[in-house]
Amino acid sequence: MPDLYQISDLQLSLPDRTRKPLLGPSPRIEILKGLSFNVAKGEVLGVVGGSGSGKSTLGRAMVRLAEPTGGSIHFDGQDISHLSEAALRPLRGRFQMIFQDPMSSLNPRHRVGQLIAAPLQVQGVEGAQTRAMEALDQVGLPADFARRYPQELSGGQRQRVGIARAIALRPDFILADEIVSGLDMSSQAQVLNLLAGLVRDLGLTLAFISHDLSVVRRLCNRVIVLHQGVIVENAPTDQVFAAPQAAYTRALLDAIPLPDPDQVWV
Amino acid sequence: MADARGQKRRAGLRLWLPALWLGALVLAALLAPWIAPKDPLAQDLFLGRLPPFWAVGAEPGYYLGTDSLGRDVLSRILHGARIALVVALVAGTLTCLIGASLGLLAGFLRGWTDLVISRLIDIWMAFPPVLFSILLIAVLGPGLDSIIIAIVVIDWTRFARVVRAEAMAQGAMDYVASAQVAGRGRISTMLVEILPNVLPTIVVLLTLEMGIAVIVEAILSFVNLSISTDDPTWGGMIAEGRTSIHQAWWVIVFPLITLFLTVLSFSQLGEGLKDRFDPVLR
Amino acid sequence: MSYLRITDLSVQLGHGPRLLRGVSLSVEVGQVHALVGESGAGKSMIGKAVLGILPRAARVVAGSIELDGVDLLQLPPAERRRRIGAHCALIPQDPLTALNPSRRIGGQITDRLVDILGWTRARANARALEILSEVQIEAPERVLRCYPHELSGGMRQRVLIASAFAAEPKLIVADEPTTALDVTVQKQILTLIAQLQARHGTAILFVTHDLGVVSKVSSALSVLYGGLVVEQGAMRDFFAGPRHAYARALLAATPSYTNPDAGLFPVPEAVRELVRGEVTASDRRWDYA
Repeated sequence: MPDLYQISDLQLSLPDRTRKPLLGPSPRIEILKGLSFNVAKGEVLGVVGGSGSGKSTLGRAMVRLAEPTGGSIHFDGQDISHLSEAALRPLRGRFQMIFQDPMSSLNPRHRVGQLIAAPLQVQGVEGAQTRAMEALDQVGLPADFARRYPQELSGGQRQRVGIARAIALRPDFILADEIVSGLDMSSQAQVLNLLAGLVRDLGLTLAFISHDLSVVRRLCNRVIVLHQGVIVENAPTDQVFAAPQAAYTRALLDAIPLPDPDQVWV
Repeated sequence: MADARGQKRRAGLRLWLPALWLGALVLAALLAPWIAPKDPLAQDLFLGRLPPFWAVGAEPGYYLGTDSLGRDVLSRILHGARIALVVALVAGTLTCLIGASLGLLAGFLRGWTDLVISRLIDIWMAFPPVLFSILLIAVLGPGLDSIIIAIVVIDWTRFARVVRAEAMAQGAMDYVASAQVAGRGRISTMLVEILPNVLPTIVVLLTLEMGIAVIVEAILSFVNLSISTDDPTWGGMIAEGRTSIHQAWWVIVFPLITLFLTVLSFSQLGEGLKDRFDPVLR
Repeated sequence: MSYLRITDLSVQLGHGPRLLRGVSLSVEVGQVHALVGESGAGKSMIGKAVLGILPRAARVVAGSIELDGVDLLQLPPAERRRRIGAHCALIPQDPLTALNPSRRIGGQITDRLVDILGWTRARANARALEILSEVQIEAPERVLRCYPHELSGGMRQRVLIASAFAAEPKLIVADEPTTALDVTVQKQILTLIAQLQARHGTAILFVTHDLGVVSKVSSALSVLYGGLVVEQGAMRDFFAGPRHAYARALLAATPSYTNPDAGLFPVPEAVRELVRGEVTASDRRWDYA
């Protein structure tokens, strides 16, 4: 399989405004410290790490919501690391993102139908309305949901609207950033199963960011574990669970509370 | 759900009572020449300081009494509504358009746009407003246009500041990032995504500003800086009534009540509109 | 003996639907009772009813909440608040909003001790230092002088736990205390709560949606759906085999990385239908009575 993403020595630092001296520029915090990995076409990649590991920043750099300060990101052979917003626009339809908090990522003043159709209209796709209804159907929501506002939906339903909006453009790549962390167990299972089905049916390439290794297991072929801006593990999923190499990966696995009273902590 | 229902009814009253009063006022202003019982400018010294209709010594036809020059108070209030409403609508809308646009640009685009607009606001707000308006009118000369210009020039910062802060807060939401991922341009994002979320705030500010405009006009009339003294204005009536408050309270009280109800109605109308039409609150 | 005994508790939202439908449960001294369910199941509502912090529109329409043998609902409001303040505490869900951002940590821990329990400032300060070291905070003197924004999420949750245990309460309501945290921090915090609980013999009402967490911290649990308790019992019995179909479905939805074929099954619509039927039946009995 050819690679959809080629990421080499990716670095990203942000100015730390809390420690800005009176004169002169703020010191910079390094969030990503030289990451290199590829994402093959059709692959489902899990990106796992704790808070402050840089996993969300990595995601935002991959869909170019953030600009890298070093290294390069190639998408389908093209270097997108420093493309301007105007140059990115035609590419935007090809990589999409599903956000962590659907309450914040769905504009509360737009109806579900508009929310899904908007990216299609922006990209100048013909028949945006029809495509939007199709996407709504693909995520298993009834057609009359198009008339509702996001705040009238449950958490799981909102996250499905987020998914519908991302797949409506028929992108090559979708980034899912912690999309189940706010959901309860049943909705989480539902959203994950839906996503797994869509990946299979639509032949998507997916990067799935999570702090919880246990939700990654069924969905992903390969897992990257991030710790403090560095990749500490990059291996096929089964291998990560069977024989984790990094100490941090083992700590992450140990911290997952299994629904089993015989697993004892301390 | 008794509570929820009660809330809805209150919200309804909040919308309909002010709308009713303001609607009546608009009608009064439009039809003033036909419905006013007397000529608002006609003086008759023999009919000076007539009390309102229920008091002893009232003359038929002078429902709310007359002032010291014998002019009919009701007719003057009705005619005064014309200037009050023109000022409220024109000055309010212009202030809103200018202030909100600058605030939206500053809050969403950030960067040097924000730097320039924010500094402008800071400098503007350092001027004492009353002095500023009196100076402006002194330069421009009295008249309706001058009052409107003075209000717009002074009050646009009120909109700009609030809308800027609101646009900044909305700009940090993920739906803006989501629009960017979809490839929407900056200005389009501002108008399609941000504006609808800032609009309820703008509506509330706008109605508040209309009330404020009425008050400013009254104050300027009060200090004799408004329109030519012949045209009846509420502020002018209050100023004149002040001198005879002990002998003829009605000359000052009726325009005061009208002014009070009008300003209150404007501010309540804004809140009522927000409660009624905001899909986020509904 | 039971420290907390809730009997047939019903809470209603105005004249609308019931949020709790005849909930009965008891928590023994030194026991952790988990309240499990999906969002909207009413699990937080129970803790709020016990602490007397129900939302404005909600009210208790039936039942009793006995704390140490005294029915809180029969007490005059001032006496009820005093009793709850003296014997109960809350560990809230969101460490970001539960601390006042403009006040130092120290005062936020000691205020309760001074105002409600009538301790002297000196004694309260000494206790705050002691309890902060008990939650394994290094340099507690420094942390007492910090503002909340100067601490990480995990540190703030430790402070909130310390604050809850500071007055040696008999009962703590923990309202999803680790939902906002990473798994590694969650493990530390849960271990910490378990240690303090064992050491002080506190009874805890532990609200969570994660059955994995339940199996780590609790000794008994109630599974809720639509404000109705559908299954209740000892924790080990539950994991050995849940009796109710909905409880089984909830367990099947919980991921388990050691067994890739188990977990992550959504609750089937048929099971939801079934449990919704029980809720309707409960409402019919309620309307009839």
